[in-house]
Amino acid sequence: MRHKNNQAVGQRASVTGCREMPVATATFGEVQQHSVAGHPRWLRISHWILAASVFTLAVSGVVILMAHPRLYWGAVGNDLTPALFELPIGRNYKHGGWAAPLTFFTGANQVVSAARTYDIFNQNGWARSLHFLAAWFLVVTAIIYLGAGLIGGRLLRNLVPRFHELSPRLLWQDVVAHLRLPMPRATGGPPYGVLQKLSYFGVVFLALPLMVVTGLTMAPAVTAAYPVLLDVFGGSQSARTIHFFAFAALVLFLVVHVAMVVLTGFKHQMRVMILGD
Amino acid sequence: MNKDRLLISRRKLVTGFASTGGLLLAGCSPKELPPTYGNVLRMGDLLTYRAFRMLLPAQSLAREYAHGDISSSPAVGNTNPADSQQPTFNADRGPLYDRLRTGDFADWRLRVEGRVARPASFSLADLKRMPAKTQITKHTCEEGWSAIAEWRGVPLRTVLEAAGIMPSARFVNYYAYDDIAEGIDMLDALHPQTILAYGMNGRDLPLAHGAPLRMRVETQLGYKSVKFLERIVVTDEFDDLGKIGSLQNGWAWYVGI
Repeated sequence: MRHKNNQAVGQRASVTGCREMPVATATFGEVQQHSVAGHPRWLRISHWILAASVFTLAVSGVVILMAHPRLYWGAVGNDLTPALFELPIGRNYKHGGWAAPLTFFTGANQVVSAARTYDIFNQNGWARSLHFLAAWFLVVTAIIYLGAGLIGGRLLRNLVPRFHELSPRLLWQDVVAHLRLPMPRATGGPPYGVLQKLSYFGVVFLALPLMVVTGLTMAPAVTAAYPVLLDVFGGSQSARTIHFFAFAALVLFLVVHVAMVVLTGFKHQMRVMILGD
Repeated sequence: MNKDRLLISRRKLVTGFASTGGLLLAGCSPKELPPTYGNVLRMGDLLTYRAFRMLLPAQSLAREYAHGDISSSPAVGNTNPADSQQPTFNADRGPLYDRLRTGDFADWRLRVEGRVARPASFSLADLKRMPAKTQITKHTCEEGWSAIAEWRGVPLRTVLEAAGIMPSARFVNYYAYDDIAEGIDMLDALHPQTILAYGMNGRDLPLAHGAPLRMRVETQLGYKSVKFLERIVVTDEFDDLGKIGSLQNGWAWYVGI
């Protein structure tokens, strides 16, 4: 199996190394025919550790959000200040349990305090610790994945779209190819179509790093050490809101990713990501 | 591309993880670190604590804001230790707190004991005579919200030095008039922004915010800034503070994150 895989890698290198070959511009259907199965072992192992980490982070993150399902913009935000929007998740949504306020300052920017009289839903004791434990797995695995992928050139070669691939015509062709059912069977692995490259690139180089950095911008010890993070995101509550939107984008990716795996041959796709070919 | 050249062997990977973990976890005797009780979540907390202490510059200052940035502040958790309906009510200290409050806290004393050369107790007037520090900082609650307020008080460091910290001291634990206690390591205890606050937004600390004295630990989450302080105990070894501490209630001890 390993011997066969090595051959496959060799073939792919020669194909992508040749500029004249239109592999990179192939639309979805063509890619499936050209595709050579196989993912190296470091990629398969890190894929599944990252998948488990992201799943755990998502579940614990929603539990954390349910404790305070209000999002804000700026440095601060709480039940006594206006929200950007509120999410109807759990019983803390718009709960009305506040005692009569005490006024500190009057005027245009009135500052008050009020005591909470409502017993909120709060499972953050385990949810926060689980969130950070999963984040450690994610960060350490992502460093190994990025290191191995960048050193070998695999990530840049397979995930970064070439300039000519980004023409509206080719993008549109790939969109149309994705909407045609039934989907062609995949052999699994690269070379990827342009939409696939764009989504993987977005997850690996944009969404996940943004998740980690906005997450750290909510940590008081981290922002004390690196206050520039507060300036970059416009405050820790803005960072929390961006963290939420990046989460929503990752969930959207996950839904499409899993749907594509199912539609292009679930058994084979799983085999390729678990066993390599 | 040569696949073998890139391949990180699984054994090397595991060894790498293990030695990194060892680096982060070793170097202190167990009694100088929060216990994990064999709980994987507490192991993660411990990793975060060790990594933050190793990777972040020591005693950086939390951002201080302008007076115009002060926001409204919810008061959550216990808002009156004398209220027997509150879940952290203590049957002995609750009524005592009520009497002290009736007397405008004139008889209130903060005890400082444990690994200090001169165990002492300070009245509110004693604390107010010490050099005061005023800071406008952000309170970050584990629930997800935050608020900016002006806090006025005396640095914990000043009080600890007045009592004489022993060189072997490693932790500062503090107890409230209700069934709440917390602790911090010496790095956070001696942090210039860690203060014992008696004032909030230009007035005496309101009841719901911890009258007459509360802790402010600006480099950690809000629940380390315990309200209604009763006493401070300096220790050499880690103390999980039993049933009134965060750990045995399923909450992380170090919450700089």
